[in-house]
Amino acid sequence: MSKRKLVVVGNGMAGARAVEEVLARGGGDLFDIVMFGDEPYGNYNRIMLSNILSGQQDYSEIYLNPLDWYAENGITLHAGARVEEIDRFGKYVVAANGVREEYDYLLIATGSRAFMPPIPGLHLDDKSLKPGVFGFRTIDDTIGMVAAAPGKKAVVIGGGLLGLEAARGLMTHGCDVTVVHLGKHLMDQQLDATAGAMLRTAMEKMGTTVLTETSTTAVLGTEKVEGLTFKDGTSLPCELLVVAAGIRPNAEIGTRAGLTVERAIVVDNHMRSVDDMNIYVVGECAQHRGMVYGLVAPLWDQAKVFADHVTERNRDAAYHGSKLATKLKVMGVELASMGITEPKDERDEIIQFQEPKKGTYKKLIVRDGRLVGGILLGDISKAAFLMQAFDRDSPLPDERLSLLFDLGAPSQKVTIDEMPTETQVCNCNGVSKASIGAAVAAGHRTLPAVMNATRAGKGCGSCKGLVGEVISWFAGGEIEEDPSIHYYVPCVPMKKQELIAAIKAQDLRSVSSVFAALAGGVEDPASKIPLASLLNTIWPGRYDDERDARFINDRVHGNIQKDGTFSVVPEMAGGVCTPAELMRIAQAAVKYDVPLVKLTGGQRIDLVGVKKEDLPGIWADIGMPAGHAWGKSYRTCKSCIGTDHCRFGLGDSMGLAQRIEKTFRAFSDSPGKMKLATAGCPRNCSEALIKDLGVVAIGDGKWELYVGGAGGSHVRKGDLLCTVDGEDAVMQVSGRFMQFYREDAKYKERTYTWVERIGMERVRAVVVDDSEGWGSRFDEEVAAAIAAYRDPWKDGEAPKTENQFRSLIPVEA
Amino acid sequence: MPNEIFARQQEYAIGPVEQVPLGEGRAFEVLGLHVAVFRTRADRLFATQAACPHKEGPLADGMLGGSTIMCPLHDRSYDLVSGKEIGGACDLITYPIRREMDGTLMLTLPAPYTPAVG
Repeated sequence: MSKRKLVVVGNGMAGARAVEEVLARGGGDLFDIVMFGDEPYGNYNRIMLSNILSGQQDYSEIYLNPLDWYAENGITLHAGARVEEIDRFGKYVVAANGVREEYDYLLIATGSRAFMPPIPGLHLDDKSLKPGVFGFRTIDDTIGMVAAAPGKKAVVIGGGLLGLEAARGLMTHGCDVTVVHLGKHLMDQQLDATAGAMLRTAMEKMGTTVLTETSTTAVLGTEKVEGLTFKDGTSLPCELLVVAAGIRPNAEIGTRAGLTVERAIVVDNHMRSVDDMNIYVVGECAQHRGMVYGLVAPLWDQAKVFADHVTERNRDAAYHGSKLATKLKVMGVELASMGITEPKDERDEIIQFQEPKKGTYKKLIVRDGRLVGGILLGDISKAAFLMQAFDRDSPLPDERLSLLFDLGAPSQKVTIDEMPTETQVCNCNGVSKASIGAAVAAGHRTLPAVMNATRAGKGCGSCKGLVGEVISWFAGGEIEEDPSIHYYVPCVPMKKQELIAAIKAQDLRSVSSVFAALAGGVEDPASKIPLASLLNTIWPGRYDDERDARFINDRVHGNIQKDGTFSVVPEMAGGVCTPAELMRIAQAAVKYDVPLVKLTGGQRIDLVGVKKEDLPGIWADIGMPAGHAWGKSYRTCKSCIGTDHCRFGLGDSMGLAQRIEKTFRAFSDSPGKMKLATAGCPRNCSEALIKDLGVVAIGDGKWELYVGGAGGSHVRKGDLLCTVDGEDAVMQVSGRFMQFYREDAKYKERTYTWVERIGMERVRAVVVDDSEGWGSRFDEEVAAAIAAYRDPWKDGEAPKTENQFRSLIPVEA
Repeated sequence: MPNEIFARQQEYAIGPVEQVPLGEGRAFEVLGLHVAVFRTRADRLFATQAACPHKEGPLADGMLGGSTIMCPLHDRSYDLVSGKEIGGACDLITYPIRREMDGTLMLTLPAPYTPAVG
């Protein structure tokens, strides 16, 4: 059978997804596929345009399918060709550039466009948008906004989701932003008045002006935008205007082809036009049962139904509409919204919780024991459960309070109940829910006992919380708390602060003396490392550094690899080195036959696979200090290129990173590793927002300090600690923050866990406001650590122990 | 007892005890066999196979405390007296070791490692 021809009008997310679904059903063998796209690009993820505007992502990162994809799948793509005419009787389409394609089946996925309200002055005489006016819909819109934005006074018309994302993006470009909204409160599609007002407060705190119930009457300016006038007679000057007043389906093509069009092209349950068996419609240009969807989730469902039907994989495939639920982050505020925002029926019961000071708001609308609407603002920890209950229309538990909050065991039980027994709980060590159950059945009732028995949680450690919950579930809530989990080390029954006090009181300067004085003389090998770390923090330069108390990485100053060799990472402050250093590194790599030379994530060069015997020689040949790439310590400070060469730079991030490295490398011990970054502008090329400490230049010598970020096994955006003036202030606050962390956090507790555990308010109070009066002591501790600092690679010239750098001692027998 | 399978054994002098710092281990190569020798802070001596049975981690680079050794790669722990894995079933081969009055380490190995020609 010869192939039939499938022509797709629209190369956006809907068109591309629909074609992917067709290909996934073997459609490549059934159809010759031809796609038309209005924009001259491959298809891209429109949702991510807001990230491009805010500088979090680059254009190249949002393409869904590169141009190769079309070729690989035998798809003919006409990019930049807008289809103008569908001849349903001749079964062909014609594009504006004259390209004509015949079809057996046609898919219309033309999506929608930014709605431009009829405001006088929005357009020039030639009907084009007045310079300075933008929609927020396409790559070209975004490129135009980024080019025009820096430092401008900007207005966004529309306080819906898209408008707020535009406002957030413009703020990162230093714009003074005002959001003008016609409705009574922000995001009135997704939020009620209370939530809208709380969101408004959060936005105003960030420096955005919000005008609600404001109707724009005219756009001022003859050749370009100069301002707006409003219905109440006031006016507002501006240089940039973004119109985000909603979208309009691109349904005209359907009208011209004689298809039934109401708000969009009307389709049946198979996503087919009600007028033509051979024409399908999906996405924002389709109207199904009176609904036109502007979100992406319904589109995925529609694309599947279309693909099932057109490939005849399932001729009964039917779309029954989507329930709208969304979870997102607006201006740093996390929110989730589903269904209706206000009660609509007498039976509707409202369950509500509000804590305005924290910015937390939760409201559920329950009808006959099922969720029909909900808003979560600030704390969305229950969103996954609620959205599932909403989507499936499943009955809710009678205990209504548990809908809003995690109340320990009962609500956990819901999720762990649902977890299949073969589900892997610990991914590092491959431990399933069933294995944990077996360990509990065998009598292990505490977290450490089960961890020892199964190895669950003993890899990266990120699943420890979940392991505890699973144990609790198997044990019927009767998890026994092992008091040792609160101790700094299990063999000394003291919390960290008690232990520090005891060590100071008894003047204990070595790990062996701590074991003797506080642990009844019992040496626990796993406790040696945390104790050595703590002693070095308490007694910088005055601590008896027993090498056996150190992990092998700290004995030979390199990271041990799976084959027992080590990695060598020289210091490269700010990611900068000289050509001479680069040559010495290269020559050493050749001389010592280094198997792998790799760039690290922290902007250094890693020589991987160096034998222990070769470490002193290779260090001497390289002639650079150690990069501390092996321990729980200050690691490195990434930076972007800063002000010297970058055209966007607002602060000398590179110089600051070098200063940070040369100072804080003295923190050779800390509870967890500390990865830092400096960014010369809020584009954050150095990823400063996901670092233990990230410093971002915002201009005029000011820097923002973000703490507790993570981009590893756990991903977390850092919290803004404070904004300071000048590099000296950055150094002081950074030193205090890290010293506080070193003294306060549990061993192996990274900053992102610690910050959440003790709370940002506490961190800010101690570090920024000096609420405890520890500031000058912190400064002294930093100075003492710097004074005690010695490049560990100096051990190469004078080993600290016998055979320190020998992996095998040959014996003549 | 794994050691009982060796009918004949021989003792080798492998040099002064100071080669192994207190609280640490070092790996030795004796007639092609790799042996980890440990010397605790209390100056007790132990000898085992050098490679961890889990993923061949270098046990001599591990953390030593009391009579427990913890492999540096994945924290598997073993009791050096019995060779038994702690919390597991993967055991180590242990070798008898002692010191002469002059501090020379004396390691006992199974006979198959005796030189073929005397």
